[in-house]
Amino acid sequence: MHVPDGFIDVPVSAATGVVAAGAVAVALRGARRELDERTAPLAGLVAAFVFAAQMLNFPVAAGTSGHLLGGALAAVLVGPYTGVLCVSVVLLMQGILFADGGLTALGVNITDMAVVTTVVSYALFRGLVRVLPRTRRSVTVSSFVAALVSVPASALAFTLIYAVGGTTDLPIGKVLTAMVGVHVLIGVGEAAITALTVGAVIAVRPDLVYGARGLTAPLKLRVGGPRGELVDVASAPTAASSAAATVTADSPATATATGAGPLTASGGPAGARSNRTVWVTGLVTALVLAGFVSFYASASPDGLEKVAADQGIDKKAEPHHAADSPLADYGVRDVADARLSGGLAGAIGVGATVVVGSGVFWAVRRRRTYAAGAVGRAASATGTGGSGGSGGFGGSGGSGDSADSGAGRADATGRAVPGERG
Amino acid sequence: MGAGHAHRLHRPGNSSVHTLPPHCKLAAVLCFVVVVVSTPRTAVWAFALYAALLAGVAAVARTPFSFLLRRMLIEVPFVAFAFLMPFVVPGPEVRFLGVPLSVPGLWDAWNVLAKGSLGVAASVLLAATTELRSLLLGLQRLRLPPLLVQIASFMIRYGDVITDEMRRMSVARRSRGFEARGVRHWGVLAKTAGALFIRSYERGERVHLAMVSRGYVGAMPVIEEATASRAQWAYAGALPLTALAVCLLGWLL
Repeated sequence: MHVPDGFIDVPVSAATGVVAAGAVAVALRGARRELDERTAPLAGLVAAFVFAAQMLNFPVAAGTSGHLLGGALAAVLVGPYTGVLCVSVVLLMQGILFADGGLTALGVNITDMAVVTTVVSYALFRGLVRVLPRTRRSVTVSSFVAALVSVPASALAFTLIYAVGGTTDLPIGKVLTAMVGVHVLIGVGEAAITALTVGAVIAVRPDLVYGARGLTAPLKLRVGGPRGELVDVASAPTAASSAAATVTADSPATATATGAGPLTASGGPAGARSNRTVWVTGLVTALVLAGFVSFYASASPDGLEKVAADQGIDKKAEPHHAADSPLADYGVRDVADARLSGGLAGAIGVGATVVVGSGVFWAVRRRRTYAAGAVGRAASATGTGGSGGSGGFGGSGGSGDSADSGAGRADATGRAVPGERG
Repeated sequence: MGAGHAHRLHRPGNSSVHTLPPHCKLAAVLCFVVVVVSTPRTAVWAFALYAALLAGVAAVARTPFSFLLRRMLIEVPFVAFAFLMPFVVPGPEVRFLGVPLSVPGLWDAWNVLAKGSLGVAASVLLAATTELRSLLLGLQRLRLPPLLVQIASFMIRYGDVITDEMRRMSVARRSRGFEARGVRHWGVLAKTAGALFIRSYERGERVHLAMVSRGYVGAMPVIEEATASRAQWAYAGALPLTALAVCLLGWLL
């Protein structure tokens, strides 16, 4: 799928180069926020992982095998900014070192394989995770859907670029049919592998999965022996110390819990409430996006059947004309119409993607500012011991972003167990 | 990371191409490819001249042609795609050995094949004559953001480590009788990928801590500044400038 030199003309290559450079610049800033000063080594190692994972062959059947593309996987595992950055670096290195993908086509390659896959898959993933119940399974299901859609979306982006600046005379309708049709199949494999891989990581280190950060529920203390009642400790400043206290006596623990209550209650929950409207708008737009993307997904088998109809397998293709989705209505024979409708559909889709993507990122960023300090500390504190873990936990408060690294710690030392929410 | 990290794409040497500053070579290759891409497809002789130019560079760099051709195998999937074009592009047809081929399709296939192959050959020559580290320094000299260069250098530096880790996992799987035959085994392979991710991420954290403990504050020290003299720029510019002359001739004739 790497585009070589000479397939897209120079002006469009330059334009996509500018788009790619802008996206990488945004991703650099965003990744610095996601990973702070650990950006270089971590993003580099994740890029090496993406590079290696692309070499891992998955046998399909009868000697053929496919491999991971990695955009959706990177977005779910390390976040959208770092994901874009890592896949872009992989593409850059592949272009310069391995001559895989042309140097002038680097902008095209980065735009459709790094930016579109990552942004589409992450926007869809975020929307789905919001809608579905807060369980681990819904994270894997969401990553399945996100990866499934991201690959045809990338093919669609390529077709759009080709429609504007392709150097060959292939009819757009044929390119669209072939690209999206083939990539729906590839997307199924990509989705299965991505979901399985995300599931494997979540089973071992859920704290590493960026997309699963919202899953962590606040810790609860079990007060009064193994069969005691569960007490909310989200307000306790130091979970580990109060957890240790409950082992000996009940009253000091409840005293600290109630004493510290008002202090943090003014911090976390208030911030969460003010973000609610933002989240709801993000959710609605994400649903709209999902609707659009599902049009594409349903349009491609349509296209394959249409090819079959043209070959004479199916004499009268009536059901297709009955399909009333405006985006499914491209014709293979009449190019002008396909170009118009395809372009229109693409414009709508890309516009929606951009709006939703930026909206979701903005919302995510706003939320992250509340827990920014805590996340970094908690992530690096996994090796430092109980006090470090509890510090990260106390700092996160109601948002519960980093409670997971603290959860295992407190569970091991005291009587705190992670409670189920909802 | 001493010995054993020289990548197989690089052929060490001390020819005049090898000793050129990396950013000159990068800029020259990029300009060359841009010129090639903007040449009209009907000027067939121009592409022959480009190929001759690259052959000249390979001769000066003492890169064997067999090596060059072997590395160019990477474009095979695309060649297959190009061969499909005479059959799918609509237009007036010619008969060749009884098979109808479309004329614009043949031109398209030629266009993509010629430009794509020249681009690949130029990139292969660049990678063969430039060391990895200096290639990255060259990118930095060409104003690529330093953070991006750092990420790329970490990726390159640990790429072999991670790939080796993956290979060891594969050996471990196979030594336990596992053989991936179909979709049923995806779960196992995906768990491998998951484990690989966790190991990579944790290694990244360890690398970061090790770097911080050695005084890393976000920027890598540049030990030797890559500078280029006017003569070196002129020497590197010979390739794209000649190509530009050929390209202009191709447009005029």
